[in-house]
Amino acid sequence: MTVIHDMDDKAEAKMRARDVSVYYGDKKAIDDVSIDIPTKYVTAFIGPSGCGKSTFLRTLNRMNDTIASARVEGNIELDGENIYSSGMDVVQLRARVGMVFQKPNPFPKSIYDNIAYGPKIHGIASGKSELDEIVERSLQRAGLWNEVKDRLGESGTALSGGQQQRLCIARAIAVDPEVILMDEPASALDPIATAKIEELIDDLAGRYAIVIVTHSMQQAARVSHRTAFFHLGKMVEYGPTDQIFTNPLEERTKDYITGRYG
Amino acid sequence: MNAEHTVKAFDEDITRLRGLITEMGGLAETALEGALDALIRGDEKLAEKIVADDRKLDTLELEVDRLAVKIIALRAPMADDLREVVAALKIAGVVERIGDYAKNISKRVGRIEGRNRFEPLTLLPAMGDVAAEMVHDVLTAYAARDPALACEVIAADKKVDAFYNSVFRNLVSHMVENPATISSAAQLLFVARNIERIGDHATNVAEMVYFAATGSYPIDDDVEES
Repeated sequence: MTVIHDMDDKAEAKMRARDVSVYYGDKKAIDDVSIDIPTKYVTAFIGPSGCGKSTFLRTLNRMNDTIASARVEGNIELDGENIYSSGMDVVQLRARVGMVFQKPNPFPKSIYDNIAYGPKIHGIASGKSELDEIVERSLQRAGLWNEVKDRLGESGTALSGGQQQRLCIARAIAVDPEVILMDEPASALDPIATAKIEELIDDLAGRYAIVIVTHSMQQAARVSHRTAFFHLGKMVEYGPTDQIFTNPLEERTKDYITGRYG
Repeated sequence: MNAEHTVKAFDEDITRLRGLITEMGGLAETALEGALDALIRGDEKLAEKIVADDRKLDTLELEVDRLAVKIIALRAPMADDLREVVAALKIAGVVERIGDYAKNISKRVGRIEGRNRFEPLTLLPAMGDVAAEMVHDVLTAYAARDPALACEVIAADKKVDAFYNSVFRNLVSHMVENPATISSAAQLLFVARNIERIGDHATNVAEMVYFAATGSYPIDDDVEES
């Protein structure tokens, strides 16, 4: 049984998952999850380690395809289109549903090329000047432009951890995605770099559908509008973040967020 | 009853916070009952003691404030824990205020002349009893996290209000009939007003107890009228 609260906002669903189960071999990692991911809002997935939140996040842009034993059942739609249908171009899907990982993973290339790579291979930019524009705009939106504009030729790996993570977010933005998935995007960063990422998430929220997996409940509370609590592969409760953190309806949610999880 | 937190010190903080509120409640209840007793018997010694004892309530309120701020800063309480701490902060302020009203009643004890001739003095103890019972019940509701009892307290406030209206009318007619009593009657009017305010504050505490226990407010759940 999943408790789904009334959402007062009139957010339209960008992604829609219905009866999704994920298996690794015989092991069921996700059990019958149905959820709507709204556009222009931040949705947080929380839950203890091994609860399936990252696995579920990765089904949203078919990252689990790379794991041979993984099998997905059910339906996941992006703008009404089943992303697991045979006609779906996975490369295109991942441009529309971008991803940012726990550890910053810039390409061992220049800052400029880190951003320009995606638009180039997707044929988004028609020429050098348009590419320049995309690089600047992406770095601006990621709040990194002022820090790197004079050294775009330097290697992306030479930046600090927090800057690298914002570079990865800029890289995801560069291909003009509709959904951005973030898997623990700030857990390897210090508090100041974390605050910058959170501020960035807040800035980006009005433009994209953002889904963030986080172990920090304070972070989920700070950055998200909606929160889904996962436990043992099931989605236990999904609702407005303020309600989940002040008055959750499910005992299991309450025990987890109040630190009584045993 | 809630399961224990993984971090035991968190439970200890919450228990301590609840203990402080209960202690404050006990002191406020004693002060109110004593003040009414002193008023009726004209016991100025007792009245002075109540005024002096009020300092303890002030000190405890400060202690609740400090502990609640510490819990919020260090433990980042969530859900029912968060409601518990927020409610404790507000309840401490309100209970301290109840103590102030009891103190104020006590201060007026020496200023009432010819107390044997005053009919309103027979109404006041009954009114005071209802208010004292509200304070007592709301503290029981707090200790037991009992929203139903909190609702009973909220409903009882109507009785106090009705008493206040009749005491008011009574005192006004006394003043009209016998202007010599105006000074004392005015004092009693303030006493009645203080008791009426205590009823209001007990109602506020009841609302916080309800909120801490259920996560919603009585007014939202439409139980205010019951």
